[in-house]
Amino acid sequence: MAEKSGADILIEALLAQGVDTVFGYPGGAVLPIYDALFQHPKIRHVLVRHEAGAAHAAEGYARSTGKPGVVLVTSGPGATNAVTGIADAFMDSIPLVVLTGQVATNLIGSDAFQEADTVGITRHCTKHNYLVKDPSELGGVIAEAFHIATQGRPGPVVVDIPKNVQVATADYDRHTGNAAKRYVPAGDADFALITQAVELLAKAKSPILYTGGGIINSGPDASAALRELAALTGAPVTSTLMGLGAFPASDPAWLGMLGMHGTYEANLAMNQCDVMLCLGARFDDRVTGRLDAFSPGSIKVHVDIDRSSINKTIRVDLPIVADVGKAIRQMITVWNSRKLQPQNLDEWWARIKGWRSVDSLSYPDSKAEIMPQYAIERLYELTKDRSPIITTEVGQHQMWAAQHFHFDAPNKWLTSGGLGTMGYGLPAAIGAQMGDMDALVIDIAGEASIQMNIQEMGTASQYRLPVKVFIINNEWMGMVRQWQQLTYESRYSNSYSDSLPDFVALAEAYGWKGIRCSDPAKLDDAIAEMLSFDGPVMFDCRVSKEANCFPMIPSGAAHTEMILNSEEVSGTMDDEAKALV
Amino acid sequence: MKIQTETAERHVLTLTVDNEAGTLARIAGMFTARGYNIDSLTVADITEDHSVSRITIVTKGPPEVIDQIIAQCERLIPVHKVTDLTDAGPHVERELALVKVNGTGDKRVEAMRLADIYRARVIDATVSSFIFEITGGPDKIDTFIALMRELGLVEVGRTGIVGLMRGSENS
Repeated sequence: MAEKSGADILIEALLAQGVDTVFGYPGGAVLPIYDALFQHPKIRHVLVRHEAGAAHAAEGYARSTGKPGVVLVTSGPGATNAVTGIADAFMDSIPLVVLTGQVATNLIGSDAFQEADTVGITRHCTKHNYLVKDPSELGGVIAEAFHIATQGRPGPVVVDIPKNVQVATADYDRHTGNAAKRYVPAGDADFALITQAVELLAKAKSPILYTGGGIINSGPDASAALRELAALTGAPVTSTLMGLGAFPASDPAWLGMLGMHGTYEANLAMNQCDVMLCLGARFDDRVTGRLDAFSPGSIKVHVDIDRSSINKTIRVDLPIVADVGKAIRQMITVWNSRKLQPQNLDEWWARIKGWRSVDSLSYPDSKAEIMPQYAIERLYELTKDRSPIITTEVGQHQMWAAQHFHFDAPNKWLTSGGLGTMGYGLPAAIGAQMGDMDALVIDIAGEASIQMNIQEMGTASQYRLPVKVFIINNEWMGMVRQWQQLTYESRYSNSYSDSLPDFVALAEAYGWKGIRCSDPAKLDDAIAEMLSFDGPVMFDCRVSKEANCFPMIPSGAAHTEMILNSEEVSGTMDDEAKALV
Repeated sequence: MKIQTETAERHVLTLTVDNEAGTLARIAGMFTARGYNIDSLTVADITEDHSVSRITIVTKGPPEVIDQIIAQCERLIPVHKVTDLTDAGPHVERELALVKVNGTGDKRVEAMRLADIYRARVIDATVSSFIFEITGGPDKIDTFIALMRELGLVEVGRTGIVGLMRGSENS
């Protein structure tokens, strides 16, 4: 067998994994790989404008297609710039394989030009990482990296490849290696535990299904199975931010998102339920509120593929370590084979109806200015027939989007949940558009967040990606300002978005279309204009400046202590609450 | 407001891991990153082909934190097995220490006499110093060192403990 260079082995190993798209940025330590890419036109390389954009674009690609996202960056600053996206993917369980160049092995540790300890820096924000010291290892490492990134609880894997390893030669046989041997994640659930869970559900008088991003990671069948389980049990369904779309928002059993900015009915139902079935969610602090007041009377069943997610914050009564999609299918099988019927849940639904009547997502209407919630409602109404992919940045606009945009299918909602990374939305939209050129992809942004990766406009221009950026522009870092209003008596320290660019002129400078709208009466036409334009559009939606995102569970408060509107805001908090995130 | 701390109990964990670059850093760094304690840590490869290492970690924490520590260790790709010896039942723990004591006259004689009682061996001697080698459980070694402190202790090197389950089962 003829020997190949490390770079050629890498490309072949990527092709063997079915990789067709790579997001990257060249530099000295990856030049041999870029030269190999030049000779392999089967792999589309998307040239970003900053390595953070590459990582977020790969996340958007992965989350919307279900395939792993691949990133290629150079050593040193290339790798460190990608770290935020890697950490983001780690928190949100997104499968990424990040290939980083490294200085030659004989230079490692010498403070060489563009040297950084990439495996050291990324060790605790990756699922696993490698420094490859010989091209003969490369084929096996790449196969294992994809296996680890995609199987079990997905996550980012970094493969650091020194430049001399890219140039040196070795044999490559794609059929060697034992990638699947070392890492064997959980699959089917223990049948006895599934039976117990089903019995609990069948006896429950006020059950709830609390679902998360794990359902989406498990694949489309997990979403389908969830719908069946909800129908069989008659239980209401709520979801975390990451799980939106796994259960259709149009279903009568849908309570909306739960947690800090979740609906009143979702949080009250979580608080008052007698059996909670947590499916692929992890009791995040945004979801639970004050831990000792979290759903005090319920029996909790937790299905998660990652054992370390169980009993991490909330103690559960019945832990089940399994692939959540498979576990739901098993539950359905047991339910059907025993011909079980749910309890009479009329009383439970009557209580939920009472909570729903609070209409916690309502907001003060205005004819004079665009309310941010109204902007998102209109965007939803005017695009829902096209089943758009929505990405977001982080902040108020993100929560308003989660509340007022509704999803009936998984893989349509891409947001930075765990890490809360401003600057995620535009590159994620680019990645999603690369995954489906025909899809309508909209980044619902804030005027502050969008500036964190605004350079990626150039990427969209270069690849003629018709992404739409819909900026909810209130001239504030709105969520920071809201917390300052709630916690620090409206001392707005450094939260004003001063010296904003003219977003319309900026759009035009990049060859995009720019649209500005500040009149609620003209909003529908302006959105229609955005949708009808065959190319990227930046929409500067000037909204009411000091609207707050409600409902809200203040930090350190219980689900039952929601703030529903501005009149309930006192403007101060004690130190215990201030110390919480 | 004051920072709260929780009461903790001591646990001995043994981990079977792939002997490859970065494994120890991965484990030690995970402890730091998640705010867990390491009281002692030992590591050495234990197979003929040097492919597998055993790590013994002594840690402290409330029971739910210990449970999380084990789960977080198991989550690491090169970690194959984690056993909580403290929970698993009867087990042995041993540690080795080297103890250098300077002294002359009565103190020197007394140090020698105590070393004999504690089954410590002399592995280096000059007219004014000894180095003792002592193995045993951590309590025994702590006590011996405390006694030597009275008699001219100069310095101590300790390995940290290694442990195995009693009986025929693997840990």
